[in-house]
Amino acid sequence: MKVRLRLKRIRVAQTVALVLLALVALASLAAGFITPSSYAEQFRDSIGAPPSHRFPLGTDDLGRDRFARLLYGTRVSLLLAPAAALLSTLLAALIGGLAGYVGGGFERFVTSGIDLFLSLPWLFLLLAARALLPLNTSPVTSVAITFLLLGCLGWATPARIIRAGTRTLINADFLTQARATGISGFRLFWRHLLPNLRPIFLAQFWISVPLFILSEANLGLLGLGVSEPLPSWGSMLRELENYTAIFQNPWMLAPVILLVLVVACLQIVLRTEERIPC
Amino acid sequence: MLATLFRQLRRIVLIALIGGLLGATLVRLGPGFGVDERELDNRLGQDSRQAIRSEHDADKNIGMFYARYLKGMLRGDLGFSRSLNRPVTELLRERLPLTLGSLAYGVLGGAGVGLALALLTACWHVPGSNLAPALLAGTCLALPAAVIALLFLWMNVPGRWAIALVVFPHVYRYSKNLLVATYQSPHVLAAQAKGLSSVRILFAHVFAPSAPQLAALVGISVSLAFGASIPIEVISDTPGVGQLAWKAAMDRDLPLLVNITVLIALMTLVANSLADIALAAWRPDVREEAA
Amino acid sequence: MLTWRTHPCVPRSRSCERVERGSSISRVRKSANTARTSACATLLLFAITLSAQPPNELRFTLRGDPKTFNPLLVEDENSETVEYLTGGALVRLNRYTQELEGELATKWKVSENGRRIDFELRQNVKFSDGTPFTCEDVVSTIKQLMDPAVHSPQSDAFRSADGPTESKCTSPSSVMVRFPGPVASLAARFDPVGILSAHSPRKESAVLGPFTIAEYKPGTYLLLRRNPNYWKRDANGKQLPYLDSLRLDIQQNRELELLRFRRGELDMVNKLDPEMYDRLNAEMPHSVVDAGPSLDWEVVFFNQVASAPLPEYKKRWFRSDEFRRAISEAINRADICRVVYRGHAQPSAGPVSVSNRFWLNAALKPHAYSPTAATARLQRDGFHRSGDALLDRDGHKVEFSMITNAGNKLHERTLAFIQQDLAKIGIQLNIVVLDFPSLIERISRSFNYESVLMAFTNVDLDPSDQMNIWLSSGPNHQWNPEQKTPATPWEAEIDKLMQAQAGAADQKQRKAAFDKVQEIVSEKAPMLFLVNPDALSAVSTSLKNVTPAHLRPQIYWNVERLSMGTKYLSQR
Repeated sequence: MKVRLRLKRIRVAQTVALVLLALVALASLAAGFITPSSYAEQFRDSIGAPPSHRFPLGTDDLGRDRFARLLYGTRVSLLLAPAAALLSTLLAALIGGLAGYVGGGFERFVTSGIDLFLSLPWLFLLLAARALLPLNTSPVTSVAITFLLLGCLGWATPARIIRAGTRTLINADFLTQARATGISGFRLFWRHLLPNLRPIFLAQFWISVPLFILSEANLGLLGLGVSEPLPSWGSMLRELENYTAIFQNPWMLAPVILLVLVVACLQIVLRTEERIPC
Repeated sequence: MLATLFRQLRRIVLIALIGGLLGATLVRLGPGFGVDERELDNRLGQDSRQAIRSEHDADKNIGMFYARYLKGMLRGDLGFSRSLNRPVTELLRERLPLTLGSLAYGVLGGAGVGLALALLTACWHVPGSNLAPALLAGTCLALPAAVIALLFLWMNVPGRWAIALVVFPHVYRYSKNLLVATYQSPHVLAAQAKGLSSVRILFAHVFAPSAPQLAALVGISVSLAFGASIPIEVISDTPGVGQLAWKAAMDRDLPLLVNITVLIALMTLVANSLADIALAAWRPDVREEAA
Repeated sequence: MLTWRTHPCVPRSRSCERVERGSSISRVRKSANTARTSACATLLLFAITLSAQPPNELRFTLRGDPKTFNPLLVEDENSETVEYLTGGALVRLNRYTQELEGELATKWKVSENGRRIDFELRQNVKFSDGTPFTCEDVVSTIKQLMDPAVHSPQSDAFRSADGPTESKCTSPSSVMVRFPGPVASLAARFDPVGILSAHSPRKESAVLGPFTIAEYKPGTYLLLRRNPNYWKRDANGKQLPYLDSLRLDIQQNRELELLRFRRGELDMVNKLDPEMYDRLNAEMPHSVVDAGPSLDWEVVFFNQVASAPLPEYKKRWFRSDEFRRAISEAINRADICRVVYRGHAQPSAGPVSVSNRFWLNAALKPHAYSPTAATARLQRDGFHRSGDALLDRDGHKVEFSMITNAGNKLHERTLAFIQQDLAKIGIQLNIVVLDFPSLIERISRSFNYESVLMAFTNVDLDPSDQMNIWLSSGPNHQWNPEQKTPATPWEAEIDKLMQAQAGAADQKQRKAAFDKVQEIVSEKAPMLFLVNPDALSAVSTSLKNVTPAHLRPQIYWNVERLSMGTKYLSQR
């Protein structure tokens, strides 16, 4: 009875989280209707203005409407960061899962490769990618390529954990039973093993989303993030480095609050486990 | 046992050296290699400019550079940092203890808090007990490491605890999912039904099967901590290896970057190997499977 | 230093508080003892406070570790700072009056059309280790300076022609130096040259400046102590410097530097950005200093290199004088000063800041902001509007990129402003932010760029320091470097004028020539001069005798006369 009640509560929470996510996504898509200002328009007579009817979250140091930038920036971050997270999770699942499944020399080779991969200065690959892009590449293309690269580079850490998780399940009863019925090889891996690693995949996915958003912000320090004037949560989070301004302008925390909200909603929506008492 | 240890060491050293070569190649092929901001100094004459450009000539052939580097390494000479004008050996000797200390605090603190909170939320069935740690983890994930570092500076808290705050949400999230999933296993339910104590269930029936993944988590925490140490040391101006790595990357200081790459590879490999060894000692069945 | 254990008033027993009860004498003794105890406690508290910060110590920061302590090999800003504080020079430019003053030389005479200089040396001067300063030290320093094997960066300023340099003692107290070719502003070139001892066993550790290096912990701090043998005295005959020590913490992070200044852990921040200045001004208005426009430039230039990997039509745009002037007129410099620099900058007219009083061509004004005038210019050059976009005569949409260095918020914001300004005249500007080595590679090696926004740091007043920029064959002739022959008649004209001013002995002739260079640069706009940022600093109110200057180092240029507290007030 208690379990059924808890399950019902979880379903309600998931529905609420899904609705919130949908609202955020819709708001970002409908940014042009919600706010009259564009994300690039500079109101040079209203620099650093506080929130008002005209500017719900005030203006930034260049007189740009923060609310408009938050809405338009949500498109970039909400679309591209989960896409990059999905890519890195899929790569990690494939590589880590196969390594754990096959075992032996192949596993040792892949594990060594992962450790090697983690220690290389990939920053230079990102710099090289930026150098290869034409200078007049649109900001959207540039940021899409950045997130694509982040997705391709972000698989190593979770792959190790997925490999370990696979090793735990390799002698599980359900797999033994499947083998006994004659299932083997890739089918066993794909149809029976991978689905049971879902909790790990989901945990990895929802951790990666904010990580990639922040990586984009950090890469902005090197010119590899979103190009001006296109906004993103990452570029808005960089404003927080002026921490004393936060106390005077607490509305600068809006991107953080939105990011925490989205990450929390993702966590709830993707949740599959129950809590069992000790 | 000794043979296994020797094989592990050999593997670690080989991978670290391959990492150094690949890292050097990435730097060499990356944009901005071989340029020097001194070239923009309009007071310099032609001879001085030529001398500046020639300083980088020796590093242009990556194969020869790495061969020289390996030869020097055998003599204990890790090369010379052009950006800091000092031998790399000296720089690492000064800075490594500081970073290792910070990493220890960061990994132990972050992993410790993460695991403790994960246990709490996995075991404690009070409504809402999941919320606070999840919010805390979510907030830590949402804040850039630079902002966390600045906040800590403002509060006069050492930067090493900022590293713990970066590591904690990863450990918390993974270990919480892991523990909850393990608690749902049939053998745990059976143990509960048989009336075993919570503590015994936790150690014998939950930690034991989760050990491989927890061990992997410890290894990952070291990589995470080092990655976090770079922006945190830069922000807090801690003269550690993380700050050195950033400076070397910005200045394209090849000798320094190669050494740091080798060092990071060694640290990651040693951490993961130690985790594997500890796991093998606790779970001989896993060791047999691996063998 | 007083400690708990050694101080006489720490009560090991109760002897300090022993009283004899029940007599008037005891009452007097009791009150005397009480007074003594209070005095001890006060003294102890004072000692503890003092021990936390040594008296008369100035604390500020270096952005990184100095690469060298050898004054002849200095080429980075941190080493320059140390050299300025420890090195003794023959002459020094007074950063406030911008006049040259004798230091280790009491007199000097330039002759042979700027090839020869004779110095009369100050007598009874000693190095920090007590060894006497003689003419041989100067001769030895010059020899090392000009030795090609040493590759001293300071020597480039003297190398106007090939050939050996002659230096010798003409008497025990005078030195003659003769260079192979004339050197413009010859005497002033000796400002950054720190004199080394020829005989001291301590080599470059023996210095003639106000401070010596006492301790150095790489990555952490550098401690300088006053030179006990420093030659300079104040008007009252008191030996300088007033300060006992300087503590330079190695600190790259500016937020942290500001935080520490607010907490009183630092006494000075030598360079503030406008946002930090305003933040500090709101909290500690007496601590901030705006010394006015610095010598630095913020400029935009276009790629005019013939072999650049750009489409031909873009190269035509960038080579067009009208195009460049139009862009300059379309940029709202006043808004950049007001918003990006928060009022701490001035629109710039050319390569000389208003702070450079002698060399400024005062007749020149910054290009006035006028989108209408800019559009008219572009129309005269064959451009036309089509809807919101500007097209060239062949129908190409006017769209180009502007690169700048990453991590510089001022540049990123300036670019955002320029982007909006150019959009008003139909030009689409794409902002590209690159890390510094990538940027340098593009502008000096591959020439794979279209336009650049950059900052130029000027340390000297004399335009001869800018020869490499203005000569068409110069490596820093940024828009089209190292030309074999001048690509345009106006660049040929600039070449002639720069050579003329470098070779002229008369300052008036030199100024006339360089005034003309400034006029040509303003008219042809190979570089669009945007703003001269102000020299912004923060100084603790405890630091006395501070006279902020436009030239670096703005605050501590007269370090030997600075002091903490009110004790050492003296004239400059």
